[in-house]
Amino acid sequence: MKIKADVFIIIGSKIVKLLKQLGEATLMLVDTIWCMFTSPPRRDIIITQMKEIGVMSLPVVLLTGMFTGMVLAVQSYYQLYQLSMETSIGILVGLSMTNELGPVLTGLMVAGRVGASMAAELGTMKVTEQIDALETLATSPIKYLVVPRFIACVLLVPILTVYSIFIGIVGGYIIGVKLMGINATFFIKNMLDYTDNFDLANGIIKAFFFAIIVAITGCYKGFSASGGAEGVGKVTTQAVVVACISILISDFFLSIILF
Amino acid sequence: MIEIIDVHKNFGELEVLKGVNLSVKRGETIVIIGRSGCGKSVLLKHLIGILTPDSGKLLFNGVNISQMKENELVEHRKKFGMLFQAAALFDSLSVKENVAFGLREHMDLSEEEIDRITSKKLSLVGLYAVEGKKPAELSGGMRKRVGLARAFAMDPAIILYDEPTTGLDPITSDVINELIVKIKKELHVTSFAVTHDMKSAYKIADRIAMLYDGKIIESGTPEEIQNTSNPIVRQFIAGNSKGPITEKNL
Repeated sequence: MKIKADVFIIIGSKIVKLLKQLGEATLMLVDTIWCMFTSPPRRDIIITQMKEIGVMSLPVVLLTGMFTGMVLAVQSYYQLYQLSMETSIGILVGLSMTNELGPVLTGLMVAGRVGASMAAELGTMKVTEQIDALETLATSPIKYLVVPRFIACVLLVPILTVYSIFIGIVGGYIIGVKLMGINATFFIKNMLDYTDNFDLANGIIKAFFFAIIVAITGCYKGFSASGGAEGVGKVTTQAVVVACISILISDFFLSIILF
Repeated sequence: MIEIIDVHKNFGELEVLKGVNLSVKRGETIVIIGRSGCGKSVLLKHLIGILTPDSGKLLFNGVNISQMKENELVEHRKKFGMLFQAAALFDSLSVKENVAFGLREHMDLSEEEIDRITSKKLSLVGLYAVEGKKPAELSGGMRKRVGLARAFAMDPAIILYDEPTTGLDPITSDVINELIVKIKKELHVTSFAVTHDMKSAYKIADRIAMLYDGKIIESGTPEEIQNTSNPIVRQFIAGNSKGPITEKNL
């Protein structure tokens, strides 16, 4: 009986902690949006973050997109060949990259690269009292640290997604047309017939939400760091895990809403 | 100038401040002494509004700090400068950018003016030609001095010192103490320091107050503290391992 009660207490306290963190992260999001319009940070700080988040993430996003498109083409070729539908590879690659793989893989890559770096950097600033120092200098940590990262993410993750989609389709084209010998006109025409602007818009809308998740998770986890190097390591891992899981879960709900 | 009235602060079940009462006059340097973890830094963070008390009042020129709104707190903080225990310099910024941080954020100054002010503040703490260096390239003593330059870059009315000499060798500690005295004389600031370094406390303080068990148990000039009959204060300033403080903890 005692063990049962203990289990309920543990589960209950975990749920309360989760809800508390969710509430705090939501408040941070509200504060960030409010601050973004009422007292925007200096442009040079935003540009630095845009370079770090957008430009520096480009190689990894392109590489992931390219190979995903190529693998998709190889896998689907062997399946569709048995049904004599191999010319439909273009449709499959186009639809998959725009609606799902482009935004989700970009989100996951950015969560791994940028989310971790945000949590580690802000976590280190927290445990070394640099965030307190910001406050003593009459500067809001949300304005100086969170808003530039948030703006850079929200503007650039959708753009990175477009690059990922494009390069993924190019990868699929190279495999389908150059390696498997599918007619280039069939590949492109089929793809364009079935993939339209609405699909691309879906991908961009999803990327926008994933950007919010990555920025707020990274910053929130960084701000909640405590206890030195170990604490920073913990929040960095948590930031990546929470962001990746949140991206996958929200992708499911966004897919239902957007289709 | 500052009045701390019956301030209580708990962290979870841990009672850190249990009714602190203290007042600081304009131009005075007050040093709070006490054991590590007794709540000295917590008290300091209340003054600048980073922490708010569970009960009690902190008055600055008659205005309750804990009831200030966010925009009032920003204005309040502009009147303060703070030197952190480990300097808390921004890693990603150069020395010059650290010192100029407040000037850039809150004052509409030209680059030339900012350069002039940062060089002047750095020279006041005895640092030359370090503007372009990153904090990681500096020694502990230099980092503290840059932290000090940053703390008074905006000419604050009050400077808060959190363990200004901790982690420094005796000579560098004395350099920092000399700087604190020099800054007080030249800039006529009110200073509020917390430390457990008695040599530093005697050197910089106009008045010393001891925080023990969440309360101020003794306050007086350095001479009065040195000649106190309070056994707790006597044990602390003498640095004895035996006495009422350690007996209570056992």
